Amino acid sequence: MRYPFPVGKSDFIQGDEAIARAAILAGCRFYAGYPITPASEIFEAMALYMPLVDGVSIQMEDEIASIAAIIGASWAGAKAMTATSGPGFSLMQENLGYAVMTETPIVVVNMMRGGPSTGQPTFPAQGDIMQAIWGTHGDHMLIVLSPSTVQEAFDFTIRAFNLAEKYRTPVVILGDAELAHMRERVYIPEPEEIEVVERKLPASEEEAKLPFGDPHGDGVPPMPIFGKGYRTYVTGLTHDEYGHPRTVEPEVHERLIRRIYRKILDHKDEIISREEFMLEDAEVAIVTTGIVSRSAIRAVKILREKGVEAGLLKLNTVWPFDFDYIEELAERVDKIYVPEMNLGQLYHLVREGANGKAEVELIAKIGGEVHTPMEIAERVVG
Amino acid sequence: MYLKSAYEIRDKYLRKDMLPTIFCPGCGIGSVLQFTLRAIDDLKLNQDEIVWVSGIGCSSRVPGFVNFDGLHTTHGRALAFATGIKLANPNLKIIAFMGDGDAAAIGGNHLIHAIRRNLDVTVILINNFTYGMTGGQVAPTALKGLRGTTAPYGQFENPFDIAQLAVSAGANYVARWTVFNYLQGINSIKKALQKEGFTLVEFLSPCPISFGRRNRMKTAPELIRWYQKITVPLAKAKKMKPEELEGKIVIGEFVDRDRPGLVREYQEYIKRAKKMMGWEQ
Ligand SMILES: Cc1ncc(C[n+]2csc(CCOP(=O)(O)OP(=O)(O)O)c2C)c(N)n1
Ligand code: SF4
Repeated sequence: MRYPFPVGKSDFIQGDEAIARAAILAGCRFYAGYPITPASEIFEAMALYMPLVDGVSIQMEDEIASIAAIIGASWAGAKAMTATSGPGFSLMQENLGYAVMTETPIVVVNMMRGGPSTGQPTFPAQGDIMQAIWGTHGDHMLIVLSPSTVQEAFDFTIRAFNLAEKYRTPVVILGDAELAHMRERVYIPEPEEIEVVERKLPASEEEAKLPFGDPHGDGVPPMPIFGKGYRTYVTGLTHDEYGHPRTVEPEVHERLIRRIYRKILDHKDEIISREEFMLEDAEVAIVTTGIVSRSAIRAVKILREKGVEAGLLKLNTVWPFDFDYIEELAERVDKIYVPEMNLGQLYHLVREGANGKAEVELIAKIGGEVHTPMEIAERVVG
Repeated sequence: MYLKSAYEIRDKYLRKDMLPTIFCPGCGIGSVLQFTLRAIDDLKLNQDEIVWVSGIGCSSRVPGFVNFDGLHTTHGRALAFATGIKLANPNLKIIAFMGDGDAAAIGGNHLIHAIRRNLDVTVILINNFTYGMTGGQVAPTALKGLRGTTAPYGQFENPFDIAQLAVSAGANYVARWTVFNYLQGINSIKKALQKEGFTLVEFLSPCPISFGRRNRMKTAPELIRWYQKITVPLAKAKKMKPEELEGKIVIGEFVDRDRPGLVREYQEYIKRAKKMMGWEQ
């Protein structure tokens, strides 16, 4: 297989570009999108590369159509992705729910910009954390990853595809305008160096008859893709294990939705990824996700120099959220600070996790600039 | 054409475990479903290579009753989903079964863009002038004066002529019939299924329950008689003055052409890309 970009070496590229290259190495062969700042460069890179690897890149009429097209492509057997920013992500919410309900593996990238509405198109923000977790309607469960460097943008994209395929679920990647456009050195591995997960296909006719069952007991049904003679019916209505609509039976709905929760939550130890930095002996913890983590690492160093026993917890997975882990952390430290580029979204989750065991303070910043390390450090010193 | 018994068609193509259907007595959707299955049967198409796609509405429940791969999606978005299925696996033939509200209101933008791209899909469109599933609100196809629960004093907006819209947007094949024109209907579906690119067959279909009741036509026969009254065959319409055609709906075959479909265009695009990058001669 020939790749339209160098592999097995480092390159100096933007976050958007890194996501596109990672997607191709993860096996993505279908991209549908609609231009929006700061995610357009993902689309432009995909447009350049996809035909060369016999994949599809298509500009749809809007974001609703883009996510619809990738769900269709996934049922036709392709690994598929779309990328957007806040306003487009809002438009995708109905079909994101459809992907949850029909257990369709897809990857949706949201390069966050300032909002609400068209807000600040070229400035970074973290205002879509709650939208990513709870934006669609009804009870639902999905996975949200959040990179903070261009290398992570690359690595997390590969992981997003693997998680999507493994758990038959939509995975959202939350980046931001800063990460989208910043250039950094990224190691682009050889394909052999990458672990690529493929979705579970039915092993028998029997399994294929239960596209929404649980034949393996792990909550993840094998996915009978179209055109294989299985004659699968897929609907966003509440359906039983066979895929038949059963909208007026409370037990059927409960069984389906609880399994969709369970297949993620039972594997949360594998799905949740976090990094700790000087946290073992910390008296003050800073909890971050995405771009702010970079300033926070520096802030921790500054604080340590000043004699404050600070440490950082960086959440690579925003959802599912490890509430128990935060509670343990809260028991260990005196205070938790949550710097984020919104008026308090991650803060709500951390406070719930802390469960009153430690004081949690929000360090909010909006307007389009990432916190400086000093801003964080000064708030901690008080 | 030799007509097989309806039982034979039913046993061969319907999912027995999903029956009975949700359709009301006198509803035309079942007839159009039968036409479509007869066309598939007559053409001896491979059941495993056809995917049925739909949005939301009574018409959109059809893929659930047929024994094929099927994707019952969100309201109006069927053709956007279909774009992904078709481009990801061009070997699949796609039938989109849609309602008039689904296709032309919430899905209007997807419809015109799927046609513009010449997406390889056959749209079977149920036009009952109303939103059947939600109980009889006016659809964008409703002729002026027709009543719906959201226009209790009679529709005051202009209707969409979906077939004409499809012709103008560039479809390869467009025809419109009433459910009463079953032979023409089956033949049109057969033609549509054999063509590359975007094809659309629209059926004026009785919805006695949500639509007829509110417009003094409580039964399917009354609605069919009304359809006979308001429809004009294309050949005759060509000789009529615009004033005479006011309030009438033209039926017939509107276009039959062979522009390259989206799949073929994309495959050419891949070749062009590789050539431009010097990957291939
Ligand atoms: C986003 C969204 N808006 C509204 C609805 C409610 N809804 C369900 S079916 C329908 C109309 C269906 O009418 P039509 O497409 O003409 O099909 P019919 O039922 O007449 O066959 C509507 C508005 C929905 N399901 N989703
Ligand atoms: S409401 Fe109308 S369109 Fe829907 S099933 Fe009944 S008769 Fe048919």
